[in-house]
Amino acid sequence: MEDILVRGGHIIDVGQNIDFIGDLLIREGKVAEVGAGGLAGAAEKAERGELRWIDASGCIVCPGFIDLHVHLREPGDEDKETIATGTRAAAAGGFTTVACMPNTNPPIDNRSTVEYVLQVAKAQGVVKVLPIAAITKKRGGEELTEVGELVASGVVAFSDDGKSVASSRIMRYALAYSSMFGVPISSHCQDEELTKGGVMNEGIIATRLGLKGMPAAAEEDIVARDIALAQLTDGCLHIAHVSTAGAVDLIRRAKAAGLAVTAEVTPHHLTLTEDWVAGVRRGPHVKAPYDTNTKVNPPLRTAEDVAALIDGLKDGTIDAVATDHAPHTIVDKLCEYDLAEFGISGLETALGCLLTLFHERIIDLRLIVEKLTFGPAQAFNLSCGTLKPGSSADVVIFDPNEEWVVDPSTFQSKGHNTPLAGLTLRGRAKATLVEGRVVFQAKEELAYAHTPSV
Amino acid sequence: MKRKDILDLDDFTPEEISEVLETADAMKEILSRPIKKVPALRGKTVVNLFYEASTRTRISFELAAKNLSADVVNVATSASSVVKGESLVDTIKTLQALGADIIVIRHPQSGAPYLVAQHLEGSVINAGDGWHAHPTQALLDLYTIRENLGTIAGLSIVIVGDILHSRVARSNIWGMTKMGAELTLCGPETLLPVLDRTGSTNAFPEVRVEHNLDKAIEGADVIMALRLQKERQRGGLLPSLREYIQLYQLTKERVARAKPGALVMHPGPMNEGIEIAPEVAHGSQSVIEEQVTNGVAVRMALLHLLSGDGGDKA
Ligand SMILES: [Zn+2]
Repeated sequence: MEDILVRGGHIIDVGQNIDFIGDLLIREGKVAEVGAGGLAGAAEKAERGELRWIDASGCIVCPGFIDLHVHLREPGDEDKETIATGTRAAAAGGFTTVACMPNTNPPIDNRSTVEYVLQVAKAQGVVKVLPIAAITKKRGGEELTEVGELVASGVVAFSDDGKSVASSRIMRYALAYSSMFGVPISSHCQDEELTKGGVMNEGIIATRLGLKGMPAAAEEDIVARDIALAQLTDGCLHIAHVSTAGAVDLIRRAKAAGLAVTAEVTPHHLTLTEDWVAGVRRGPHVKAPYDTNTKVNPPLRTAEDVAALIDGLKDGTIDAVATDHAPHTIVDKLCEYDLAEFGISGLETALGCLLTLFHERIIDLRLIVEKLTFGPAQAFNLSCGTLKPGSSADVVIFDPNEEWVVDPSTFQSKGHNTPLAGLTLRGRAKATLVEGRVVFQAKEELAYAHTPSV
Repeated sequence: MKRKDILDLDDFTPEEISEVLETADAMKEILSRPIKKVPALRGKTVVNLFYEASTRTRISFELAAKNLSADVVNVATSASSVVKGESLVDTIKTLQALGADIIVIRHPQSGAPYLVAQHLEGSVINAGDGWHAHPTQALLDLYTIRENLGTIAGLSIVIVGDILHSRVARSNIWGMTKMGAELTLCGPETLLPVLDRTGSTNAFPEVRVEHNLDKAIEGADVIMALRLQKERQRGGLLPSLREYIQLYQLTKERVARAKPGALVMHPGPMNEGIEIAPEVAHGSQSVIEEQVTNGVAVRMALLHLLSGDGGDKA
C-alpha cells in the first residue's frame, strides 16, 4: 500500500486537541505522524517525487466523518439506494464510517442479515459500514432481537428507527438487556397516537397549508419516557434526530443527572425551518409550497427549535451530527405532500449545510468537526474519529470556502431528494481517505494527488 | 388580473379580489338574461377533475364554463385510485396532451393543486384541496356579503364551527381580512387550528378567537356556520353531538344577538339541526341560496379572467 503525505492543511483533531497548520503522514493505511513541521524527511521525499502527496493548503484536514444514522436501503429497496451507491455518497460527503439503520426489507434483525450487509459492504462499499440492528424482531415492537449474538456479529447499536417502540415495557427490557453488552439503543422518539397522519410540524404553517401537524410534544413525551427508562435500567440511550427545544432540555437534564444518554441532530434540523414547507427559502430561492423534499420525520420545526438545537450542540447536550440520510426515488416524492415518503438524501450536502452555520458565525469550525468525528465516535463507543498515530487513516480533506450549487443529478446517491437543490453552499470535501486509500476525490481536483514518478 | 392559476387567496391583492367581484357583477347580469350564454371561452376546454365527490361545486363550475361557451369535460376519480394507480402528475400530463386549457381540481390532499400547477401549462383553479383552501367559495362568499351589505371593509364577521378541518374557513380568513373585515373564529378548542405564531411571522392573518358563541356573535354583521362532520365525535374531538348543538348551533336566539339585518351564511351542504337550526337556515337573514347562485357568477368571472382577455368584461 502506497504511503501518502497530506501537506499544508489546517489539521483539526478534537480528541487530541490538535488545531494547527501542518502535515499528516499515512503509512500502510494508518496514521503515522501528524505535525506542524517536516515529518521525518517526508516533505523532501515528496519534493523528490518519491512519495505520493496531496496538497491540502487552504483546506481542513480531519478524521473522516462518522454518520450514526443513514439508510442504505439494502437489502430490499435497492431502487432507492444500495450499499455501493450509499457508501459512495458518504465518501463524497466526507464520511468514512456510516452506521446503517435496520429498516430494510427484510429488516436487519438477525445474524445472517447483519452478515449479508457486512459482506456486501466489504465487497462493494467504499467506506466503513457499521450495521445497527432492530430492537425488536421484524421491527414489530413486541419481541427483542438476539442482542448478544447481534453484537457478536458486529452490530454497533439497536434501533427500530422509523418508529418508536410503542410499548414502554418492551423499551424497558431493551434498555436493560442491551446494557449487558454496552451498546446503545438509538431511539426514534415519536408518540404514534399524537402523530398519526401528521406530515409536518404542528403550528401556524401547518394551519396555513392545511396539513396535519406533528406536535413537538409527541417527540418530547417519548424522550422523557425513554430517559426515565434509561434511569430505571441503567441502560445506554441514544436519542436519534432530536428536533425540538423541549427535547434538548430533557436531554440536558438527563446528562446533568449523570445518565448514559447521548443525542444526535441532523444538518437539516439545524439549518431549515417549517417555513420551507410553505415555500420560503434562503435568499432568492423562493419555491412553490408543498415541496415534498421538505417532508422529513421528525419534521422541520420552528426557528426557536433550531436555536435550541444549536445551543444544545454548543453546550454538549447533543453529541453528534447525523444525517438521517433517507434516499427515495422520484416517484416517492413526485406526488401530493400527504402521500410522499419522508426523508432527505443528506450525505452529500451535510457538510455544506452545516458550514452555513460557520459562515454565518453561529458556530465555529472546530465544533462542526467535533460533532462529525469525535462526538459520534464517543456516543457509539467507536475506535475511529481520531488521527492518533497507529489508528486507521480515515481522513477527510475539505475546503470550507468552496462555493458550489447543489445539483442532485450529480449525486452519487440514488436519492436525489433534497430541498437544497439549486442552493449555493460553501464548503465541500476535496478528498476522502479510508484506511489510507483515496475513496473520493473531487473531479476538478484530479491533479490534487501528486503521484511519485518512481 | 395577470395570473396563471387560482390556488388560494393568500397571494391575492385586495385590488385583484375587487376585480373578480366587479367582473362577477357583469356575469350576474348575463345570468339574468333569457339566454345565459356568451362566447367568451368558445374553443377552450375546461376539465373538471374531481377526486372528491361534490355535486354542487362541480355543477357550479360546469354551468359557469358552459355559459361562457367552453367545452366541458368532467372527470370523476375516487381518492383510492390516486394511491393505487396513475399518479396525479401523469393524469395532468394526459389531460394536457388531450388539450385541456383550464383544469378545475377538487382533491382530498392539501396542496395537490400546487403540484398540478407546476406540471400544467394551462391554468388551474383550486376547487377545494384537503383542509387547505377553497378560493372560489371564499370569493363567492365575499361577493354575497358585498352584494347585501355594500362593503366588506370594517364588517365584523364570525365563522363558527369546525375551523380546523375547513378549507372554506381558511380561504375566507385570507379573503375577508385582506378586504378589511374583522374576523372572529368560534368553535370548541379541539376544532380550532394552531393560531399561535411562535417562530413564524406573517404566516397567517390576525384573527380573534372566542369559544363562547353568544359572545362571539354580539354585534356581528355576518355569521357563517360550517358543516360539522359527525365523525369528529368518534375521533375524540367532541364529547357528544348533543353538547356541540347546545354550545355551537346557530339558533334564532343567538342570531338575535348580532346586528339587525346580519347575514347568515353557510357553504353547504348543511346539517340542519346540527350546526344550524332549520328556521335560521331558511329565515329572512339567510343568504345561503344566494351564495349558490352567486357561485356560478363568480366562477364565470374567474374563468373569464384566466382565459386571458380579463379587460373585456363580456
Ligand atoms: Zn428516525
